[in-house]
Amino acid sequence: MTQVESFTVAVPEEAAPLTPRQLMRRRALGHTGFLIGAGLIIALALIALFAPLIAPHDPFVQSLSSRMLPPVWDDGGTWEHILGTDQNGRDYLSRLIYGARVSISIGLGAATIGMLIGVTLGVIAGYFGGWVDHGVSFLLTAQLALPGLLLAMALVFIIGPSIWVVICIIGVLHWTYYLVVTRSATQRIRNLDFVAAAAASGATPRQIIWHEIVPNLISQIIVIFTFELGIAILAEASLSFLGVGIQPPTPSWGLMIAEGKEAMFYRPWLVVLPGLCLFTLVIGANLMGDGLRDITAPEGRN
Amino acid sequence: MLKYILLRGLLAIAVAFTVSLAAFFLLNAATDPAQAIAGEDATQEVVETIRARYGLDQPLPVRYAQWLGGVLRGDFGESYYWHKPVAELVAERAGTTITLALSALFVTILIAIPLGAFAALNPNSWIDRVALGVAVSAQAVPNFWLGLIMIILFGVMMPIFPVSGDDTWRHFVLPAFVLGASSVPAVMRLTRTGLIEVMGADYIRTARSKGFRSGALLRRHALRNALLPVISVLAVQLGQKFGGSVITESIFAINGLGRLALESILGADIPTVQMLIFVFAIVFVAMNLVADILNAALDPRIRIG
Repeated sequence: MTQVESFTVAVPEEAAPLTPRQLMRRRALGHTGFLIGAGLIIALALIALFAPLIAPHDPFVQSLSSRMLPPVWDDGGTWEHILGTDQNGRDYLSRLIYGARVSISIGLGAATIGMLIGVTLGVIAGYFGGWVDHGVSFLLTAQLALPGLLLAMALVFIIGPSIWVVICIIGVLHWTYYLVVTRSATQRIRNLDFVAAAAASGATPRQIIWHEIVPNLISQIIVIFTFELGIAILAEASLSFLGVGIQPPTPSWGLMIAEGKEAMFYRPWLVVLPGLCLFTLVIGANLMGDGLRDITAPEGRN
Repeated sequence: MLKYILLRGLLAIAVAFTVSLAAFFLLNAATDPAQAIAGEDATQEVVETIRARYGLDQPLPVRYAQWLGGVLRGDFGESYYWHKPVAELVAERAGTTITLALSALFVTILIAIPLGAFAALNPNSWIDRVALGVAVSAQAVPNFWLGLIMIILFGVMMPIFPVSGDDTWRHFVLPAFVLGASSVPAVMRLTRTGLIEVMGADYIRTARSKGFRSGALLRRHALRNALLPVISVLAVQLGQKFGGSVITESIFAINGLGRLALESILGADIPTVQMLIFVFAIVFVAMNLVADILNAALDPRIRIG
């Protein structure tokens, strides 16, 4: 809300009016929350991408002689293992770095699957209305009533945990937010003149949806995608923590918290550090989502 | 009004049964329950005996019809794992989870509403920033991690509250805080925007011009109107607390429905999982129905339009 100022910035009289793209860039650069969020996300994405170059050790190599070493700031900590080692003697910093890969790839995968389902249903319901809309609304209500975490746990347990199963199940259970937003946006757009013009010039519903409606939904879809990224990452961490998600020895932050739980009274960093990583990543996604919403729709369209 | 409630009620029942149908097919189609009961190393013969005993040799739609028939008579089947009626298991533990959910909601109200109200009365002040910070952080913090941090803090450093079990009210303090924290952002934001909107309304300006001091103004007019939508959101949040109890109960060793859910999943106890999904869906749908009715009762535009 506080970013409206940059929108009403006085433009010198002789200057050409800003193009929408320039205006958006100006708003983005004046939005502190967005800059912090985007900075966090880009930094963590780079860490995930270049994990093999950054990690000081192999995250899978166990060493019985150096189990649960403390981090460097504690008594007995060494620079060899800056954040200490876990219960199997694996370097904790390296596992945290590789953990970013797991969280981000699962988040991206699940948010994409949810997007495909939600946007498809939302556009169809919003465009066709009537019975189609009633049917989709019913589906939405039923999905909202499903205890998502419980069903996800049961399904992962039954099907057998693998990274793909986790991605698909989280994705299939997280599409309602896309549906709600794209449905009402489609209802609004389909009554605008340019859609009527396209229909009058003989465009089929398929052409109207792809060429007139979907391009106008993209900024809203990106905003939701960013929020859903955070939600999916937390969902994966919860499943892995409960033992029905990513399985050892893969370094998932949620799983690392579960593994560190046994020793958390003597070695609290085993639990604290992966949690802080999750918190940073999700807060980055949320701040970026909030910022993108302000930047793309400063008039408060939603 | 009665017609509106009736329609909503019918829809809620239809939704609950759709959820049970979806859960039934997903859970049963993805696995062989007989194999799960018998265990991995069981001989084919044992598996077949179990299949016949639990009626698992019937086709899936027939089994759903049987399940549904049972449910309508109050019979949810027998647990594969605990070997007793599922309904009995759930009844034993429901009280604990209801206590937890209600105390969590109380925590949410205690934190979110004052914070939202102070933020709305002083927009862009430090308290507004604190409130925003709390909302953003509470949304990003993994719930299970917050629970463990509480256990580390209160288990070792400040042993004021017990960190495990469900014997006294003191056992519920930390779990209620953890479970309640997840609803703080939504309720806080709604209180804040609602109150800001109300404070700008004409009737508040009139009251102010008549010489009302802001304290009395807030009590008499603003807060009451701003909190109307918050009440229905609280009902929805309460409905979600039951599903959310899985993590909190397993961390704090509370013997309620959430822990039962985790145990029955790890024990491949499909009838229990099936009933819990149904019960959680019913609670959610019922709380949404309450929210809808509250909305309609408080706002004539909804029930007439």
